[in-house]
Amino acid sequence: MTSYLESSARMRVNALLDANTFTEFLPPSKRVTSPHLAVLNTPVSFDDGVVIGEGKLRGKSVMIASQEGAFMGGAVGEVHGAKLVGLLKRAAQDRAYAVLLLLETGGVRLHEANAGLIAVSEVMRALLDSRAAGIPVVVLIGGSNGCFGGMGIVARCANAIVMSEEGRLAMSGPEVIETANGVEEFDSRDRALVWRTTGGKHRYLQGDCDKVVSDDINAFRNAAVDAIETCYKVQISLTLSALLDEQQMLEQRISQFGTETEPLNIWARLGVPDPAAVSMMEAESFMQMATTATRPTRSAS
Amino acid sequence: METLNFRFENGCRNIGPQAQLAGVVSSGNLEILIESTALNGACEVVVNTSAAGFGVTWRAVVTDFNLRWQLRDARLAINDMGATPAVVSLRLDQAAESVTQPPAKSEASV
Amino acid sequence: MNWQALTAELFPQGHTITERELFLSGTGTVDGKIVTVIGTTGHAAIGVEIALAQAKSVLHTVQHFPARPIVILVDTQGQRLRFRDEMLGINSYMAHLGKSLDLARRLGHRIIGLVYDQALSGGFITSGLMADACYALPDATIRVMGLPAMARITKVPEAMLTALAETNPVFAPGAENYLRMGGIEAIWEHDLATNLARAIDGAGDADRRAESGLARGGRMMTKRVIETILGATAADSHVCTT
Repeated sequence: MTSYLESSARMRVNALLDANTFTEFLPPSKRVTSPHLAVLNTPVSFDDGVVIGEGKLRGKSVMIASQEGAFMGGAVGEVHGAKLVGLLKRAAQDRAYAVLLLLETGGVRLHEANAGLIAVSEVMRALLDSRAAGIPVVVLIGGSNGCFGGMGIVARCANAIVMSEEGRLAMSGPEVIETANGVEEFDSRDRALVWRTTGGKHRYLQGDCDKVVSDDINAFRNAAVDAIETCYKVQISLTLSALLDEQQMLEQRISQFGTETEPLNIWARLGVPDPAAVSMMEAESFMQMATTATRPTRSAS
Repeated sequence: METLNFRFENGCRNIGPQAQLAGVVSSGNLEILIESTALNGACEVVVNTSAAGFGVTWRAVVTDFNLRWQLRDARLAINDMGATPAVVSLRLDQAAESVTQPPAKSEASV
Repeated sequence: MNWQALTAELFPQGHTITERELFLSGTGTVDGKIVTVIGTTGHAAIGVEIALAQAKSVLHTVQHFPARPIVILVDTQGQRLRFRDEMLGINSYMAHLGKSLDLARRLGHRIIGLVYDQALSGGFITSGLMADACYALPDATIRVMGLPAMARITKVPEAMLTALAETNPVFAPGAENYLRMGGIEAIWEHDLATNLARAIDGAGDADRRAESGLARGGRMMTKRVIETILGATAADSHVCTT
């Protein structure tokens, strides 16, 4: 077992794909680095914090991107974003079997904020282009930096999301909310609260994530394979009926849980027998338990 | 940012053709890209660091590294974010190991 | 400019736009044809409700009025920074709005964004930046965050950021900078109705912002990086760092 959490972006790619099948696009030796950091006295990285390329997953050709959370929190700058866009476009061009996005990011890189913001929206457009071309996009989240900001939106534009219990998915980080509205609004140091508000299990019970796996790259790999197969069976591109279903699901979520202030209560109302025990459950027993809950089913949106 | 250049002539140990990357650019850490290139037997090290004014320390650490490995026709490019000499030495050794013996896994292959 | 004055200028042939809790919706007439209008006002913080309300209008248009253009009027302080929104999964609500606009585009609806006051980060990504083309009024403020907050997070001194912001479009706020980087198609100085009609006629479904950013000198790397990835591996060396 290899911990996904503790692996680097590069290690994740190699461990996730079939052995020795990965070919990197714009590898570090090409030195395609950010042109915006030197002026701020900030060091560049030779891959600008994201590894992209192609390889095989159970023998099928896939495109893969993996963000390095240790470099600027995995944040998206001009080059980083353009690499993601290029990969998604390449997937459509080469008719890849699927795209895997291993996201670990705080969102827009503030050092190149305007370029980063536009880049994130370009990634979103390119991702939806890929889906429109019939190529499923699966997002994996299990790094220590989580998946936040604009990239939290991008993640929910994908066909499927696989998370570990340690993975977090949200928009604004707890620190940002605490800074804006005070510690009584969101105590960012209350790790348990942060986890049950943004963590994989909450997102799964809520219907924003398709599978929770243990912190093991092989578990992610198996879940990714399953997720892609499901996409081919159901629907890859956006449809009006799927979005109308999603509209209804999201409306229902507000009307059912909009007045709740504690995720544990939401879980209880979803039929989780012992919400307080959820945090201690292994991924597998959690998934088993969750089948008894009335979790909203995600449409093919 | 400060850029430092070092060159050591007459290396004796050849390195593999595949470029490799060691480390990651984060606070107190650094990344090293090591590549095989014709340098007339020399080993070159280029350092880009956010911590200016540590040229003497860098020279000592890199010179030490060269004494240990004596790589020939090798170029090391470093992006540094204030790593301590101990961390720099560790990463330099990792980089050298990755090109002087078959890597246990291909994970660092670039 | 307030939204009433704005819409009077944009739709001299009439409109039915109303405001409900900072959410704008209705229709307007452009060149004798009806368009759907959605948007926000009062620097609205985009929370789950307002994102969903906008998506609902978009999907309603797609369902009942094939090919009717959609105009998005942008004035937002960004996503709502509340525990409740995060607990409910605000990113899913934003993504839903973005996907709804994307579906509309693919089904033949032209989509035009207009930043008439303020556009910030998360509130902008799934509105104006999801349009076929986004425009701005000259006084519009567009940014990810203010320089003081940026200085805190990046640990770059604020004085340095302020000085650099004078010349560097990459992090300085302003519509002009987004224009140079390709995020804004053009700035509308006057004659808003004519500009809007022209924008709807000229809109297309391809994302051309990388090209614009390169042509206008604001984002020099994006297009080249994308093309290198799409091209043969032998072309890799065409991309160089600065």
